[in-house]
Amino acid sequence: MKRVYAREEYCVGCKLCEIYCIAAHSKYKNDLVKTFKKEANPPISRILVEESRPVSFALQCRHCEDAPCTKACIVGAMQKNPKTGVVTNEEERCVGCWTCVLVCPFGAITRDERGHKVASKCDLCSDNSQMPACVEHCPNRALVYSEYVSNNGTK
Amino acid sequence: MSINCLTPAFLIERDKDRCIDCQVCVRQCANEAHRWDEEEQRVFSEDANCVNCHRCVVMCPTKALHIKKFPLEFRYNANWTQEAMRAIYLQAETGGVLLTGMGNDRPYPIYWDHMLLNASQVTNPSIDPLREPMELKTYLGRKPDFLKIKNGKLLEDIPPQLELELPIMFSAMSFGSISLNAHKSLAAAAKKAGTYWNTGEGGLHKDLVEHGDHTIVQVASGRFGVDADYLKTAAAIEIKIGQGAKPGIGGHLPGEKVGEEVSQTRMIPLGTDAISPAPHHDIYSIEDLRQLIYSLKEATEYQKPIFVKIAAVHNVAAIASGIVRAGADVVAIDGFRGGTGAAPLRTRDSVGIPIEFALAAVDTRLREEGIRNKVSLVVGGSIRNSSDIVKAVALGADAVYIATSALISLGCHMCQKCYTGKCNWGIATQDPQLTKRLNPEIGAERAANLLKAWAHEIEELLGGMGINALESLRGNRLMLRGIGLTDRELNILGIKAAGE
Repeated sequence: MKRVYAREEYCVGCKLCEIYCIAAHSKYKNDLVKTFKKEANPPISRILVEESRPVSFALQCRHCEDAPCTKACIVGAMQKNPKTGVVTNEEERCVGCWTCVLVCPFGAITRDERGHKVASKCDLCSDNSQMPACVEHCPNRALVYSEYVSNNGTK
Repeated sequence: MSINCLTPAFLIERDKDRCIDCQVCVRQCANEAHRWDEEEQRVFSEDANCVNCHRCVVMCPTKALHIKKFPLEFRYNANWTQEAMRAIYLQAETGGVLLTGMGNDRPYPIYWDHMLLNASQVTNPSIDPLREPMELKTYLGRKPDFLKIKNGKLLEDIPPQLELELPIMFSAMSFGSISLNAHKSLAAAAKKAGTYWNTGEGGLHKDLVEHGDHTIVQVASGRFGVDADYLKTAAAIEIKIGQGAKPGIGGHLPGEKVGEEVSQTRMIPLGTDAISPAPHHDIYSIEDLRQLIYSLKEATEYQKPIFVKIAAVHNVAAIASGIVRAGADVVAIDGFRGGTGAAPLRTRDSVGIPIEFALAAVDTRLREEGIRNKVSLVVGGSIRNSSDIVKAVALGADAVYIATSALISLGCHMCQKCYTGKCNWGIATQDPQLTKRLNPEIGAERAANLLKAWAHEIEELLGGMGINALESLRGNRLMLRGIGLTDRELNILGIKAAGE
């Protein structure tokens, strides 16, 4: 499956990925000004820039092959789509127990406590477009959306 | 602390209706012109720190930022301008030489803009380059005096030539003055376009050895990074005598820019100042220059053309003639608008002559002396677009060097602060936090796109003149007419006035 890969050597730490992620998941879809000015409680970013200057890179859910969060979820809200491979959290069912947060090996799931407590994570903008918003708006191609190709050529 | 009379040069305007306080500007400004106030939960500007490089303006996702000249009015005085006064305030503060970056920005006449090109009408057909073949190929190097041909074969050996797919090369900028990512971008773009880039005098980084066949290496007064491999890896070698931005002045790369990579590439100790003397201490005459030219030819087994680069100065024609007689294969002339990473402001702005005059004078002189074939002429120093190139070729240039326009293609916004090492575009800096900003994949694409676009435009201009090979335009000054020039200027340029 296609995933978002970070190239830390080109990450400039601008955090535009976070800003566009927030806008992509707001009710004003991709409208930055309205998202930040009109939404009383804008969504939290599902991508997180880790930074210890000069090193920085953007991290988000790796959509693991054998995703521990889907196994840990106590209500079955966290599921991996068998066709696309995308791991998503069905927020209506999520009870906010944070078990997925505990088991995620990448620390890529965050707590969204703006309203009904839910686990917040990258959905690869799957309902949205061809290209995740973070990748589309990265100004330095530090994020790429591609199939993983290992050193021996296997996907 | 005493009073500081300097007021900000620029004003940062933040459109509050658009600003979302996302702090991209704060994170992107190496000059700290934007500041996040935790208590107020909003972004503020520090106008005094702004150098107007436009990094924040371009990166701002809601286009909420504008930079303006600081609106403070000084009492009008045609003589004591704001600039003249600010320079004095700064020097009164620091006691130092005024430094600057990039090329001469004074309003001297730009002679390219006083020359017009010809086009075909009725009596000779123009050519459509999209339908008919066009030749931009250029060979740089010494050409033989006669061609002896026997049984359809060339009898004599042709001296080494550089083969260019288009008459544009990237001129010298050292690793140290610009970042490794900038070098990688230019090297890859040169390879893609079938032309050459120039290392400057900072040596060739090990990662770029693979581009050696598209590299011109420089041997300058500091001799940084020069060894046998360096000379042999390259396609050609350039002896740098002078630079248009600072004729008569050496170079000084401060120790803080000499990190691990720069130190290895320059072959100097970590953290030491890299000082290039003003003259080569072994060249005090044309005869001495000849020695160095032949030393380099000998070291590379007469396989590579040797360039000699000089700044355009008053006696440039006589100097160029001497250089040709000293054995150079290519003479590169850098006009007074040529750029630099750092130069004393007064030198940059008041030393040297325009490249248009220097080129015309040198080409004329070499023809008169019957030695024009012995050398190729490359000119640089603010070639801004493809029509400047066509005009340069018509005046007598074989090819041009571009550097400022190449850097602009990589994102440079000409803020002229290269010497501070805080280039927000990741070009003129060695700060690892900043150099990452120039992704060489993107840089190479952009620089190669510029070359491709200019090559198309050159073909269009040639086609309009009814010329299908650049070779037929070279030195063809009848294709030029002057506008708004005095008789004396027309005479030096060797062109007729518009209407003649």
